[in-house]
Amino acid sequence: MINKIVSSHLEALEQIPNGASVIVGGFGDAGIPFELLASLQKIGTKDLTIISNNAGTREIGIAGLIKNGQVRKIICSHPRPPLSDVFAQAYRAGKVELECMPQGTLAERLRAAGAGLGPFFTPTGYGTRVAEGKEQRVVDGVGYILEQPLHGDFALIKAHLGDRWGNLTYRWAARNFNPVMSTAAKNTIAQVDRIVELGEIHPEHVMTPGIFVKSIVLAGAGNV
Amino acid sequence: MSSITSLNRAQIAKLVAQTLPDGVYVNLGIGMPTLVADYLPEDREIILHSENGILGMGRTAIDHEIDYDIINASRTPITLLEGASITEHTNSFAMMRGGHLDYSILGGFQVAVNGDLANWITDAPDAIAAIGGAMDLAVGAKNVIVMLDHTTRDGQPKLLNACTYPLTGISVVDWVYTDLAVIEVKDNAFHVHAMVDGLSLEDLQAKTEGKLVAETPPKKILLDKNQQPYYSN
Repeated sequence: MINKIVSSHLEALEQIPNGASVIVGGFGDAGIPFELLASLQKIGTKDLTIISNNAGTREIGIAGLIKNGQVRKIICSHPRPPLSDVFAQAYRAGKVELECMPQGTLAERLRAAGAGLGPFFTPTGYGTRVAEGKEQRVVDGVGYILEQPLHGDFALIKAHLGDRWGNLTYRWAARNFNPVMSTAAKNTIAQVDRIVELGEIHPEHVMTPGIFVKSIVLAGAGNV
Repeated sequence: MSSITSLNRAQIAKLVAQTLPDGVYVNLGIGMPTLVADYLPEDREIILHSENGILGMGRTAIDHEIDYDIINASRTPITLLEGASITEHTNSFAMMRGGHLDYSILGGFQVAVNGDLANWITDAPDAIAAIGGAMDLAVGAKNVIVMLDHTTRDGQPKLLNACTYPLTGISVVDWVYTDLAVIEVKDNAFHVHAMVDGLSLEDLQAKTEGKLVAETPPKKILLDKNQQPYYSN
């Protein structure tokens, strides 16, 4: 019998070793697995590479991990929304590396990884600083740059409903990066607001099929 | 030139909103472009896209409407129109990069005569890169409109022969709306379609590094008694 439900954050997160690359869902505050990140901060896993759209705000979530000295590198598209001083200070102090890329390129690099594709050509960023050091090609008059798939060892995502097979739904625009991120990691851990029985999520309404998910845990399961 | 009244941000936004035809899909970048949403003509159906996966954005949410899972690219809670849809990120950026959006309206630091845009990082030594969706919006939309002040606070031109800040996209800008003028960017020149009343082409050129062109006399931008901008010959 398949049962991907784990009973505590510790059980879900203790498999993440120091030095792992961890993909983290969310855009703005919507769809960020804040509860899992708070537990990861308590566990204290170090030397992490975080792949996410932003680099955390205030002193919670990714910013909490940075402030706690757990992050070696951030791979993202926009590290400087309002209230992102924790990242800025750590970056300027040389404590955290930054790889910044266009948001659509971040999404598509994750998709390529999850879909088993190799590098792909995108017009985004052609002729700009982000093209430096990458293969560039003009096809039918349009300039493209070659971008690589972006894999993660783990993905921490936030969903709304989940069942024991790992099927997920998301609330409103909290979906954002979470579905594609679930595909791009070897091991995807989803925090959910509620666990439901198999079949309660209509097959047409499943947004992430369970095959992409290794474990689900209630947001409120805490226990770290 | 001291009598010249430059347009404020809301007035620029109103001029941009008036150019959008019925039935178009539009992305409004963060900053000044978000103001365009407040001035969309009521007799046209204009569908607003937000990069975090929303098509059919409504106005800013108030009171009980506020749900922090329904936000725009600036992280502000918003409402959804009847007929709105929500999707995930690769699909949202397929709309942008794939040429499905009719208009992308962006803020900008600098625009060059060849349509190059710089809007994601300055040349300050401690500047931190922050690209977000800007590069995808710059290359993907059918029409790219940039809204910006005509000069920097200390009077340096922002419409240049070549951008000095790192680029967002090359030859991507179609139109520029500033506090002084409405300009089409084509054929390696800034084509002036309208200027605020009282400004001469020579005055405007003095504030513009790139070459200004006016095939026909530019229209005047006047303000009515409610301070709303309109065009006049």
